[in-house]
Amino acid sequence: MIQNNPVGRLIAHVILIIGILIVAFPIYYTFVASTQTLQEILRPPLSLLPGGHFWENYSAALFGGVGRIGGVGVDRLLFNTLVMALGIAIGKICISILSAYAIVFFRFPGRMIFFWLIFITLMLPVEVRILPTYKIMVDLGLIDTYTGLILPLMASATATLLFRQFFMTIPGELVEAARVDGAGPWRFFKDILLPLSKTNIAALFVILFIYGWTQYLWPLLMTNRNEMSTIVIGLRKMISFADADTEWHLVMVTCILAILPPILVVVLMQRWFVRGLVETEK
Amino acid sequence: MTIRGTSLSLALGIVLASSTSSFAVTEISWWHAMTGANNEVVNTLSKEFNESQSDYKVVPVFKGTYPETLNAGIAAFRAKQAPDIIQVFDAGTGVMMAAEGAIKPVADILSMGGAKFDKSLYLPGIVAYYSKPDGTMLSFPYNSSSPILFYNKDIFKKAGLDENKPPKTWPEVWDAAKKIKTSGAAKCGYTSAWLTWIHTENFAAWNNLPWGSNENGIGGVDVELKINAPIYVKHFQELADLAKDGTFRYGGRTSEAKPLFLSGECGIYNDSSGGLGDVIKSGMNYGTGPLPYDPDAKDAPQNTIPGGASLWVFAGKSDEQYKGVAAFFNFLSKTEIQARLHQVSGYLPVTLAAYEETKKSGFYDKNPGRETPIQQMMGKAPTENSKGVRLVNLPQVRDIQNEEFENMLSGKQTAQQALDNAVKRGNAAIKQAIGQ
Amino acid sequence: MASSTRVTFPNKFLPYLLLAPQLAITAIFFYWPASQAIYQSVLREDPFGLSTQFVGLDNFRRVLGDPNYLNSLQVTVIFSVATALIAMALALLLAVMADKVIRGKGIYRTLLIWPYAVAPAIAGMLWLFLFNPSMGTLAHLVRSAGYNWDPLLNGDQAMVLIVSAAAWKQISYNFLFFVAGLQSIPKSLIEAAAIDGAGETKRFWTIVFPLLAPTTFFLLVVNTVYAFFDTFGIIHAVTGGGPGKATETLVYKVYNDGFVNLILGDSAAQSVILMIIVIGLTAIQFRYVERKVHYG
Repeated sequence: MIQNNPVGRLIAHVILIIGILIVAFPIYYTFVASTQTLQEILRPPLSLLPGGHFWENYSAALFGGVGRIGGVGVDRLLFNTLVMALGIAIGKICISILSAYAIVFFRFPGRMIFFWLIFITLMLPVEVRILPTYKIMVDLGLIDTYTGLILPLMASATATLLFRQFFMTIPGELVEAARVDGAGPWRFFKDILLPLSKTNIAALFVILFIYGWTQYLWPLLMTNRNEMSTIVIGLRKMISFADADTEWHLVMVTCILAILPPILVVVLMQRWFVRGLVETEK
Repeated sequence: MTIRGTSLSLALGIVLASSTSSFAVTEISWWHAMTGANNEVVNTLSKEFNESQSDYKVVPVFKGTYPETLNAGIAAFRAKQAPDIIQVFDAGTGVMMAAEGAIKPVADILSMGGAKFDKSLYLPGIVAYYSKPDGTMLSFPYNSSSPILFYNKDIFKKAGLDENKPPKTWPEVWDAAKKIKTSGAAKCGYTSAWLTWIHTENFAAWNNLPWGSNENGIGGVDVELKINAPIYVKHFQELADLAKDGTFRYGGRTSEAKPLFLSGECGIYNDSSGGLGDVIKSGMNYGTGPLPYDPDAKDAPQNTIPGGASLWVFAGKSDEQYKGVAAFFNFLSKTEIQARLHQVSGYLPVTLAAYEETKKSGFYDKNPGRETPIQQMMGKAPTENSKGVRLVNLPQVRDIQNEEFENMLSGKQTAQQALDNAVKRGNAAIKQAIGQ
Repeated sequence: MASSTRVTFPNKFLPYLLLAPQLAITAIFFYWPASQAIYQSVLREDPFGLSTQFVGLDNFRRVLGDPNYLNSLQVTVIFSVATALIAMALALLLAVMADKVIRGKGIYRTLLIWPYAVAPAIAGMLWLFLFNPSMGTLAHLVRSAGYNWDPLLNGDQAMVLIVSAAAWKQISYNFLFFVAGLQSIPKSLIEAAAIDGAGETKRFWTIVFPLLAPTTFFLLVVNTVYAFFDTFGIIHAVTGGGPGKATETLVYKVYNDGFVNLILGDSAAQSVILMIIVIGLTAIQFRYVERKVHYG
């Protein structure tokens, strides 16, 4: 048998542990900071071990005054962020699975042109076209709406590209068999393609959920009412590098709260995520 | 406007009444960039104003950093969705002033509120900074600060320096910094926030030296920078020399140097007076002093110029809205509000009455150093060198200076080269910005 | 259809219907704003849009003639190549190691994918807290050890800092894809090679690595786009383009000129150039790289 070498495995373990130390350290460190007092954070260097103020800081952030940022509770900010992340993930999956289906399983005039028209959007992020996009949102009356937060961020091609990659690995015999059985394109999509894509959809869901959750500049511009704000903006609002004092210990707690939900999504869904990718990249 | 001086019970009555007749309330949107504790102050003020009367409701909205807020305002103006009030940072003043037609002068609005607008009630140094060349006040000074000196008393003691005597001039600062470094009292002697705002713009005003032509841009948009004059070169060469052995440590372009001081790594620190909050909270044994001056400048010390931000009002709103804005600004100008803002935040009071009130209350005796930034700004009547600095593209010109300073501090060029480059590139950028 | 090897459905209208939602969103939220950016790039305008003047290609001429623009092009190339290479190489190494171990696979994977969930704006702040010479704890340790760590003044160190932060955030993503890619390689192939006497390293380069090509290709596209655009939040928070202009990438410059300095025409011209560069890069990747990649 191959790869049954204990020394090699030991080295693998060591490398993985070093990798984890590097990769997880900044997050661990945030947690450490969230258990310190303000004075300790203000006067670096910080200890590398958690401090003794876990309950104090967390209860202050959750139930004290800072639980409300700009008059809005952290729960509301988390809810908005959740709606936005879910909307982007679900919406984008729906539109891109349809378009990838059209591009891979049909031959029609202009197919490649459409593919490129969609694909190029992968290449220009919201930041670069933000001001004209904002103008359109105002004209459409979408400021301060969930639709306005979600729709423009769906105009990107990552998901279409990934579905295309996956669909291209589906053997032609499957399509042929379906056609011999008299299945039309709709039945093929519903009964064969969709079940096959389940894990891919899960993988994309994770990617897009994270994408939506971590947006900053777009929601900042799109929302005029504090009730429509997101958690990343709320966090930014608490931090002042100039001129005012910042309650860093509570900022760190909010930081942990802001990164916890997406971490949970990634960690809990990693099984489907990886399986989805395995099937894509056959 | 009889709100001034209404009794508490009447105010309460209005609040109760307002909850039943909310349909008549005019909403005033206020976009701001205040974070941390200052963000809470914004919310409290709006709430207090809303509870004090029933006709208007101020709705504060956080719009990111200063540049992000300004951009959001501009984008909204272009989409005809501008807020009523927007907070713009000092360096953005020139941009707003150039946008005639987009903004409405605050002087006009305040007189619309019924109350006569009297400029003499406000601190002259601050009003001058936010006024047109003809003296019309364009924006409402909300948060103003002025650069001062902070020092660590424990480190001073260890280095054998007098902990009750902050260095007054730059040579004294350099000497103290060297002593701190060589005695081992701290790893670094001196650090500073805002090299541009403190070491060129305020250096010029405080020493009564021209920073640029045309009264530093107050007199007209066409400005040629003068910051490569010998006295600036000498100052920056001294900084560059001190940086070589770490006696001076560079912390960043804005206030990022603060932790160097808070952690006790550096003994002396220049920052905006607004930085006081963190210094107090860190629990260190600190002292403050006025901004140091250059003894070679014959008129020094003159006066410092404000930093911070002011509130601008967009054009094209209804009279009803402008009346609401006027009511809110009058509320903000109230002595007790200004006095409180000043005492909790480290920002300067905007009105003379608030300054007098604070003085009378004995606040400055209990908090030595809090009066310093006001005295610095009020000490002498501003000259053409010390009214302020105004460019259509001040943020860009500050960036250019910062880039050249960084290349100087890393040893890539001398102070002379850095300042010559900053002047050359800055002048070209100004020419492009004003369309020449 | 006869010319295509792929089996497809014959249908005239359905494909257009299926494409319609994505095309509509793309047209409204991508092509229309992008065309506005192109229009803006030939104008000279004040920020408030109060005076507008057509200047032809002046903005492009000025941008392309500006040595700072060429500098930021160079910065971008160095930054993107370094970030993509490091993020992919480390992820591949970790994935290969994770494929090797028998115990603890799941735990390793779980612990390695955290950073993916962190927003760039927050990631930048975390790195600042660790490595900023004035407030970072690790920076403090490095300096105490006698090394002159000062990314605020040393451009190369600043570059190292943002490349590390950017690569750090992308390792998890690449790792997951590589793990998946490795799992889908038939073990029989590798065993056959082992029987033929190929050593571990040789097996990796002759069998595993070529079979990972589709994954690697996909990640190459994604990482390039990531390094170009999504790292903006990190650069913004960690170095702000400094010291000097040592870490000013093309996207950062678009943002800084347009958003901070309000020079709309120049910024729009830069966006257009950026669009052309990236479309060109992608076309090249597709034409020359994808051809060598085998799907299933």
